[in-house]
Amino acid sequence: MELSGRRTIEAPREEVWAAILDPAVLKRCVPGCTEMTGNPDDGFEATVVQKVGPVKATFKGNIVLAEMQAPERVRITGEGKGGAAGFAKGGADVTLSEDANGTVLEYDVEAKVGGKLAQLGGRVIDGFAKKMADQFFTNFKNVVEGPAEDDAPAEAPEAKKGWFGRGKAAS
Amino acid sequence: MPKDGGIGDSTRRREDIRFLTGAGRYSDDINVHGQTYAHFVRSDVAHGRIRSIDVAGAEAMPGVLKVFTSKDFEGAGGVPCGWLITSRDGTPMQEPKHPILAEGKVRHVGDPIAVVVAETKAQARDAADALEIDIEMLDAACDMKAALEDGAPRVHDDLSSNLCYDWGFVEDNREAVDEAIKAAAHVTTLELVNNRLVANPMEPRVAIGEYNPATDEHTLYTTSQNPHVIRLLMGAFVLNIPEHKLRVVAPDVGGGFGTKIFHYAEEAFVTFAAKALRRPVKWTSSRSEAFMSDAHGRDHVTKIELALDADNNFTALRTTTLANMGAYLSTFAPSVPTWLHGTLMAGNYKTPLIYVNVKAVFTNTVPVDAYRGAGRPEATFQLERVVDKAARELGVSPVELRRQNFITAFPYATPVAVEYDTGNYHATMDKLLELSDYSGFETRATDSKSRGKLRGFGIAHYIEACGIAPSNLVGQLGARAGLYESATVRVNATGSISVMTGSHSHGQGHETTFAQVISEMIGIDASQVDIVHGDTARTPMGMGTYGSRSIAVGGSAMVRAAEKVIAKAKRIAAHLMEASEGDIELKDGQFTIAGTDKSVAWGDVTLAAYVPHNYPLEEIEPGLEETAFYDPANFTYPSGGYGCEVEVDPETGHVKVLAFTAADDFGNVINPMIVDGQVHGGVAQGIGQAMMENCAYDAEGQLISASYMDYAMPRAGDVPMFTVDASCATPCTHNPLGVKGCGEAGAIGSPPAVVNAVIDALQRGGYDVGHIDMPLIPSRVWQAIQDATAAKR
Repeated sequence: MELSGRRTIEAPREEVWAAILDPAVLKRCVPGCTEMTGNPDDGFEATVVQKVGPVKATFKGNIVLAEMQAPERVRITGEGKGGAAGFAKGGADVTLSEDANGTVLEYDVEAKVGGKLAQLGGRVIDGFAKKMADQFFTNFKNVVEGPAEDDAPAEAPEAKKGWFGRGKAAS
Repeated sequence: MPKDGGIGDSTRRREDIRFLTGAGRYSDDINVHGQTYAHFVRSDVAHGRIRSIDVAGAEAMPGVLKVFTSKDFEGAGGVPCGWLITSRDGTPMQEPKHPILAEGKVRHVGDPIAVVVAETKAQARDAADALEIDIEMLDAACDMKAALEDGAPRVHDDLSSNLCYDWGFVEDNREAVDEAIKAAAHVTTLELVNNRLVANPMEPRVAIGEYNPATDEHTLYTTSQNPHVIRLLMGAFVLNIPEHKLRVVAPDVGGGFGTKIFHYAEEAFVTFAAKALRRPVKWTSSRSEAFMSDAHGRDHVTKIELALDADNNFTALRTTTLANMGAYLSTFAPSVPTWLHGTLMAGNYKTPLIYVNVKAVFTNTVPVDAYRGAGRPEATFQLERVVDKAARELGVSPVELRRQNFITAFPYATPVAVEYDTGNYHATMDKLLELSDYSGFETRATDSKSRGKLRGFGIAHYIEACGIAPSNLVGQLGARAGLYESATVRVNATGSISVMTGSHSHGQGHETTFAQVISEMIGIDASQVDIVHGDTARTPMGMGTYGSRSIAVGGSAMVRAAEKVIAKAKRIAAHLMEASEGDIELKDGQFTIAGTDKSVAWGDVTLAAYVPHNYPLEEIEPGLEETAFYDPANFTYPSGGYGCEVEVDPETGHVKVLAFTAADDFGNVINPMIVDGQVHGGVAQGIGQAMMENCAYDAEGQLISASYMDYAMPRAGDVPMFTVDASCATPCTHNPLGVKGCGEAGAIGSPPAVVNAVIDALQRGGYDVGHIDMPLIPSRVWQAIQDATAAKR
């Protein structure tokens, strides 16, 4: 399964780059992420709770950042084991470029699933992966752009920004 | 007019009373005091190296007795393969070890790695999650062609390649076939796929192991079509338990379709673990587990070439097939694409020269073995498709091209080693055309056209080799077993009868039909006859049920044993009536002295046998019980003509199966209703294969059709009401009942009829489509229509 996309983030490229390497940001952006520790050099350890079709599982896995060319390009690979649910693994090539509106983030994602996830979730896995990627990058955009918003996140019309605002305040 | 409950009577199935009222006793209904539960931890990658397995965490979980891995099976044998195939170059097939639990590597999704045994099912499952297994993923060999290339991932590191064998048949004919094809006036070529299927019996597999330390006796309850075969294989080759210390019970079994023939690792595991733990161990497969651990069926990729002379006579046939074995050799896997396939390539036709080449390939997929028809559907499909294509290319009627080439003189020795004893293919063709109203088809096609639909009619003829099989012959062909059958007819003192048969009933209705045969022979009411099967402690050594063999081989053994009983009973009757033995006749349960009104009842004779007061003890032993083993002289050759009528929506590619007609020759029929039901079930499975069933793997070897969400089984709405007929009977010449067997026919003859019908519909609609691979799902049919439309432009 492969998918790709692009987002324009209204923030300077260095800021976007720093956010990609920040486990606290990643934790807020990965849908269903309950834990994220580590650092860009050694990699991150993550716990993600997700439901794919009929299969709900807690995935524990590692995320490795490679081929880093700050602040332009990074390859993020990860593998999560969901016990009886099977496994998911994948990689994303992320590139950042500058344009008039801020930073253009482009991504190419490839993902593989195995075990029960593939057996039962096969028919929904493509849609699921697209939804996960969409959510992640939407969250990411919101997180990074967040500081530009005023300091009334709870009243913000978009709930996600409010969620980010609380997260930002806590960190 | 058949007698009530006798041969030819559509007696209702006595076993249905318990099946339909929920009173059947299936393996999962059996609970042994103190039993524990096994949960298999299976590979979720297609191919990988096991780096480590840490059982400590799981073993510390509540209720866990032990976690087993391959280390516990050091010294035990692997799951054996029951058939040796020899390659064209004279070398034996490559035969890898099939460990009970994965050793070093995992080779398919579902390959068992470890087993947790716990006090409850839930505890076993929970603990399985705490098991730490580290596997290094390896590239998988999934596609057969790619698996044979140099540098392909190797399923078994200790084999020289992924090629199991390269079989040629008949090798001596190879050059002559090549020459005949070169010299032919016309050659029709077809490349096709016989899609991989999952058998999906209604009851998933179950195995319960029990061990009695006081007597050193093991008992295995299992969902098997052949408990004696399991006892022999598992006792002698895997666990080293002598037969007299091992009892295998296969009670009510909810469907098998071939996939319950084989000896599975789970059976050996529970038997082994029950002794190791001194506790009974039970395993019940989940449906998800069944998809990735029951042997799959079919999965052939074939190229077939049919050569014809200028008068449209078939002159030669050449076929090359890649057959998927999966990751390990299942019990009878090597025989399916070879002897059960190559020997059938003559079909109903007098093609003088035939050459069959089969390369069997190891891949990182679930093992593939016999599934209803086993090799014969694969043979019939390619042959009947290529004949149909040839008729179209030559512009002749598919009916007439078949008729012109039919075998008409019997016995007929084919060029592929078998000799058909009887048959009448023109009769079944006539019957098919009559019952399907073939002559009215054009009118119906016009009606469909007026509604924007394309109607098509497809014909297929089939022959199958059933009544498996003469032991000395299959021994020469590589079978590591005999294929006789056995029966004990035990007459009780009051005249009722228990028949202990080596055949096994898992839906076929033996308890009814076998009793009908005894009732007919002796003349007592069928209710006085009980059929006992499925327990090695109660039945004589028998080979079980598959290959449409039960009535032809098991029934014959029962007849032979009953004949011995009757002969002895006549001697007793002669004594009781002070007559000569040769003058005694048995009719309707009465022994009479021929030409007199003097008689003695069956019950009086049986009582005398067990209360031998007035009895010639110096001449005849007391008691009335006889056993017979029957080894068939030949296969039986059921045949038939099948017709399918479909309507295709050219806008969507949707196919509706409107009508299906089966005109079969099963020889003599014991119970017409049960035979009809067998054909119905077989045809439904054949339509399932042709229209919707497909076992799919992705490029990494993940099984992606592993539930009924993704694996489409035919439902009542997907099949029409069938028209079936078995009146064109030419009795088998070499067994006492003249029977041929009917269990697989429907699944063998129907797929080509369906595909031929769809191609016919498309051709009539002006779309020049040569072939579409099964299953004919709307997207494939639609794509074929688009491609044909584009080609025309």
